[in-house]
Amino acid sequence: MKLITSPNIADADGIYQRLIALHHGRSEEDSMRVNTRLILLLINHIGDEQAVNEAISHAGGEEEQ
Amino acid sequence: MGEASPVQWRERVPVWRERQASPLPASAPREKARIVIVGTGPVGLAQAIDLGQRGHDVVVLGRFDFVPLGSKAICFSKRSLDILDRLGVGERAVERGVIWNVGKVFWKDEREPVYQFDMLPVKHQKMPGFINIQQYYLEDMLLERIAELPNIDIRWGHDVTGVELGNADAGVAVASAAGDYHIDAEWLIACDGNKSTVRDLLGLDFEGRVFEDNFLIADVKMKGERPSERWFWFDPPFNPGQSVLLHKQPDDVWRIDFQLGWNIDREACVRPENVDPLIRAMLGPDVDYEPEWYSVYTFQCRRMERFVHGRVLFAGDSAHLVSPFGARGCNGGFADIDNLGWKLDLVLRGEANADLLESYNAEAVTTADENILNSTRSTDFITPKSKVSAIFRDAVLELAREFPFARSFVNSGRLSTAVSYPAGPLNTPDCDDWKGKGVAPGFPALDAPLGEGWLLERVGKGFVLLCNGDPGFTVPGVELLDIADAGNIDLLIERYGLSPGAATLLRPDQYVAARWKSPTEAAVTEALARSKGASGS
Repeated sequence: MKLITSPNIADADGIYQRLIALHHGRSEEDSMRVNTRLILLLINHIGDEQAVNEAISHAGGEEEQ
Repeated sequence: MGEASPVQWRERVPVWRERQASPLPASAPREKARIVIVGTGPVGLAQAIDLGQRGHDVVVLGRFDFVPLGSKAICFSKRSLDILDRLGVGERAVERGVIWNVGKVFWKDEREPVYQFDMLPVKHQKMPGFINIQQYYLEDMLLERIAELPNIDIRWGHDVTGVELGNADAGVAVASAAGDYHIDAEWLIACDGNKSTVRDLLGLDFEGRVFEDNFLIADVKMKGERPSERWFWFDPPFNPGQSVLLHKQPDDVWRIDFQLGWNIDREACVRPENVDPLIRAMLGPDVDYEPEWYSVYTFQCRRMERFVHGRVLFAGDSAHLVSPFGARGCNGGFADIDNLGWKLDLVLRGEANADLLESYNAEAVTTADENILNSTRSTDFITPKSKVSAIFRDAVLELAREFPFARSFVNSGRLSTAVSYPAGPLNTPDCDDWKGKGVAPGFPALDAPLGEGWLLERVGKGFVLLCNGDPGFTVPGVELLDIADAGNIDLLIERYGLSPGAATLLRPDQYVAARWKSPTEAAVTEALARSKGASGS
């Protein structure tokens, strides 16, 4: 278990608000593009391959590996 | 059973160079041979030279009585050049070919590449990262080399029509214009390409993925000053929504690959009048060029489950197929023959048990799987199969302009490099701590300057113990290469971590078998036996 799944950010509401604001006024396709960029940027920041793999599994609704 | 006679082949396949159809062998209608190779493509010819150089009589059967035009494979990797050098044609190929090390990736109409790479990150090696050369030029060179080896009997226009697996041989039925005959081959090596007759005749599996996309190869002759680099475009204005690859070949011939999509008329798209607008859109309305060869292809990533079937051995496209992005087709075939040649040599000489060939299966399958994996990943990036996949691809390209991290996701083909077998059955695991330095067992030798020449020029015939100082013993079947008193050895010592007294045992295919800080006679003897297929103790 490399992926942190317990609370890890101080201002969850603020980050959530900026995430929604990011998509304000965008088409679905454009939102998908922006989300994709976001995923790639975050994946690189995390860097740890096992943590990323666990996140990919959880995102897909799979049980822990 | 043959698909067509040599005369009929000429109507389908353009001719580069005529060869005389070979007469019936003197021993017809029934002869015995130790080694029969099927196929006169680069893989079959290279296999013949490898075994011929090792002193074996080799019969090569080719269904054509000519060398086909059609450049097909053009990119030859550093590892292939190392192999070709061992076979006596490496220097000629480099001299004739176009050397390139740099690849650039472009997106849409941008003039600056979003990404570029260097195929020879480790400098000071004899061979460059890549050359481009027309397949027929390489085949000419291999044939010139074969002409110097009297023990290679190459038979043009001799087509295999039947194969029967025996316990200690393979029966081969051969048809030629001069008549039909039969060979009892101790070993049959099928280098007969992706539509392998031998594979079909034995009813063997060939499984994997076919990609629903078509690519047009346009080899055109034109003058023009462009650098010797691999240029790849995603979604350029001259082929919207698709990709394009541009590569330079000798004699002002350029390879252009246009992605065409799936639902196209495959026959119509190779007609010159339909190719012309694509070329003019890319290179300008006034570009002056001559068509050399147009062809359309669909990707497949497939392999046989096993490459060894009793006395029949498969190598090259007959055993595995990849998409062309990454130049892993012919280069993968050369890796096969390089791996197989010395093992079959030892078996034929009675110095190793036929079980050694099981390690050919293991290592060549590892290579094929790595090539298929890389090739599949590249293809999925180049030709996204879903909307989300396309969005990811474009997001990577977009981010790559600004952020260096995203460039490592850009996949326009991961170009062929030598495959390693760190868990290979023939390796002797390290017993010393090398602190991550040097070349570990199962990895290909890294070239380095040695005296006036190069390390790789000195290894590749038999087993070699590369050592820094006389170890004080010799082992039968192992040549000592003591570099202590040679000049120009600093890089070699650094690359192999070869401190005074240390030694690295190299296989005949220039792969590392074992290494020691202080070798002993017993350790080298045991590692040698293991490399020849004796199960390790």
